[in-house]
Amino acid sequence: MLKIWSMKKEQKDAENAEGHASGGKKKKITAAQLRVQKDLSELSLGDTMKTDFPDPDDILNFVLMIEPDEGMYKGGRFTFDFNINQNFPHDPPKVRCREKIYHPNIDLEGKVCLNILREDWKPVLNLNAVIVGMQFLFLEPNASDPLNKEAAEDLRNNRDGFRRNVRSAMAGSSVKGIAYDRVLS
Amino acid sequence: MSVATQAPASAASPVDEDARWKYLNHIRQTPGPFTDPASQDEVAMRMFDNFKVLVIGAGGLGCEILKNLAMSRFRDIHVIDMDTIDISNLNRQFLFRKADVGSYKAEVAARFVMNRVKGVSITAHNKTIQEFDLDFYRQFQLVICGLDSIEARRWINSTLVTIAEEGDPDSIKPLIDGGTEGFKGQARVVLPSFTSCIECQLDMHAPRAAVPLCTIASIPRQPEHCIEWAHVIAWDQEKPFPKLDKDDPEHVTWLFNKAAKRADEFGIQGVTYSLTQGTIKNIIPAIASTNAIIAAACCNEAFKLATSSVQCFGFENNYMMYSGNDSIYTYTFNHQKKPDCPVCSDQSRPLDVDPKATLQELLDSLAVRPEAQLKAPSIRAEGKSLYMRAPPQLEEQTRPNLTKTLLELGLADGQYVNVTDKAFNTQFDFTLVFK
Repeated sequence: MLKIWSMKKEQKDAENAEGHASGGKKKKITAAQLRVQKDLSELSLGDTMKTDFPDPDDILNFVLMIEPDEGMYKGGRFTFDFNINQNFPHDPPKVRCREKIYHPNIDLEGKVCLNILREDWKPVLNLNAVIVGMQFLFLEPNASDPLNKEAAEDLRNNRDGFRRNVRSAMAGSSVKGIAYDRVLS
Repeated sequence: MSVATQAPASAASPVDEDARWKYLNHIRQTPGPFTDPASQDEVAMRMFDNFKVLVIGAGGLGCEILKNLAMSRFRDIHVIDMDTIDISNLNRQFLFRKADVGSYKAEVAARFVMNRVKGVSITAHNKTIQEFDLDFYRQFQLVICGLDSIEARRWINSTLVTIAEEGDPDSIKPLIDGGTEGFKGQARVVLPSFTSCIECQLDMHAPRAAVPLCTIASIPRQPEHCIEWAHVIAWDQEKPFPKLDKDDPEHVTWLFNKAAKRADEFGIQGVTYSLTQGTIKNIIPAIASTNAIIAAACCNEAFKLATSSVQCFGFENNYMMYSGNDSIYTYTFNHQKKPDCPVCSDQSRPLDVDPKATLQELLDSLAVRPEAQLKAPSIRAEGKSLYMRAPPQLEEQTRPNLTKTLLELGLADGQYVNVTDKAFNTQFDFTLVFK
């Protein structure tokens, strides 16, 4: 301890010699918030995505709207709730689709099967990686990792039939006895 | 052997203090080539007598740590743990007996060690660490953690960094952190604001092993997959109780039944109640010997820090990892401070501002300040987005703030603000100084 104190003084002297200004106390903004602030400023949303912050002061909870401009889900408008906890970036953000949609990788409760939201999440990934992944799900729905099994089978067996079912689900019709939300904008 | 039968026995025979600490004192009073000469004088000798240490966690590591500290002549120890004793703790948390199940860990552990080791005072706090303020933590010279949660580590780490004041050696409270997971563990020392902190080392924690959601939803292969299905999917669909309480036997039973049924459908063996509990709470089997090794390393560092008798972790090496998975392997190294660590990187700089200036004027001034030179800054205060340049919708929502004055925005003298700029990887912290 004595040693630390004397070494600490030396370090400080060295810093002062280098001309570092130091201003006493520490900030009180949490690490998760700092990281989200940084991630948000690096977000590239393009034309197909929009965010909405119900409370602009709370940057840990926001909404992402995706409007794919190509692919089978073109013309739809999909809303996702992003919920980031204080353990971010150790924990991934929680993402949930508000609408009930016909998609092999999104279940009827809105849960999303995207590897980087779960098993492949790493703290070096950022929010941009997540939204790029989400966008990709609408361009290339993946039949081999199904969360909605019927939809996945449909996609695997009959791509054109699946495409038609996606269109009618997006229009608010029922597919195979399940009523879906209208998402056409 | 019960505590009650030991107490009168030791009370009957008076303890010879010199004989009791003979070897410990020998280590302290026999300087080696690297011993700090100052550690041998009277002041340093006395300092250890009044040393006050805080132990966080009275579980697997905590029991070992409390025992080790008491037997290394630490006399004033506080311990915090909010948990109560569960029957499953008894195999390794050796300060607890069956009759203690349901009692507070901190309280029982403190009582046991005080009964067994005469002359030590242990103050138990049956609370969460977040319930204490900075002044509480300021009273200690050293903090040792035996925690199982990253969140709690990050909290105490940022608290100790906050306490560390420039130019006040007493405010530097070394943090010794132990952690174990099965046969693996680590012991590390943080000198808050001077050496690499827990936040700098966040990526040293192995991420939680997670199974892809689609495996759980469609093709379970292992009993754990069925349990996760009940936990993540079935619970959400049926919501049998308003909120899942992983400690409520009724809730766990519900999940267990669901999981067992699904396991049946897929012909999977091995779903049990205790596996259900372990899986949903992400419990990794704790191994008593790993705890003993890591706690011993932590307490040796504590003793060395407190007495300066021997070289210890600090500015050079500060991290020891231990793995018993394949034979025995340890590696000790210097984990370097992250220059852009959100917790311990450069402390906030004072920024002279006119409280009647608008936010726009403040941001413009950041562009010309030589140390900042931020062309496109976004700025936040605690719990308040002042101006965020991206994403566009947030920019729109915060734009009206630009024409408001700092006073109108509710900012105060001494307020912390954080500034980021897309062009830079780091962030800038300022403390507003009103002129």
